[in-house]
Amino acid sequence: MDLRGKKVIALGERDGVPGEAIAKCLKSAGADVVFVQTECYV
Amino acid sequence: MDPENQDRIREIAERESAGDLVVVLGAVDADSLQVATETVTVGDPSYVGSLAGVSLGLPVVHIFEDEVKRQVDPGVYQEQIGLLELSLDTDAVKAAMVKLRGQS
Repeated sequence: MDLRGKKVIALGERDGVPGEAIAKCLKSAGADVVFVQTECYV
Repeated sequence: MDPENQDRIREIAERESAGDLVVVLGAVDADSLQVATETVTVGDPSYVGSLAGVSLGLPVVHIFEDEVKRQVDPGVYQEQIGLLELSLDTDAVKAAMVKLRGQS
């Protein structure tokens, strides 16, 4: 899957990878991050 | 998944063309991965949010997966994910994602 130009929903998790970290990575891959969230499932 | 987040995702899915959207997860717990994946593909399994019974069918990948990692700037990936990659069970996450997508 080519992420360049894709609209990305970054759903992070407090006990895993935070949404902001995912977003920074995906922006560097050329994706357009349209929603960022860090959930807590506990 | 929080009902508020389901509302936002539904709005985005209705606004954007389906082929352009991708969901990238960061959860590491198997149950969390399952809930998140089901919510954005076949609908909210807990039936509490606006995606209950709504099959968005969005593609779902994980930030740990090689397919994603190889497209990210290596310096950014190392800075943002490097330590987490060392401390979390990335193999279990990758295996869970393959299974959840029905590729196993």
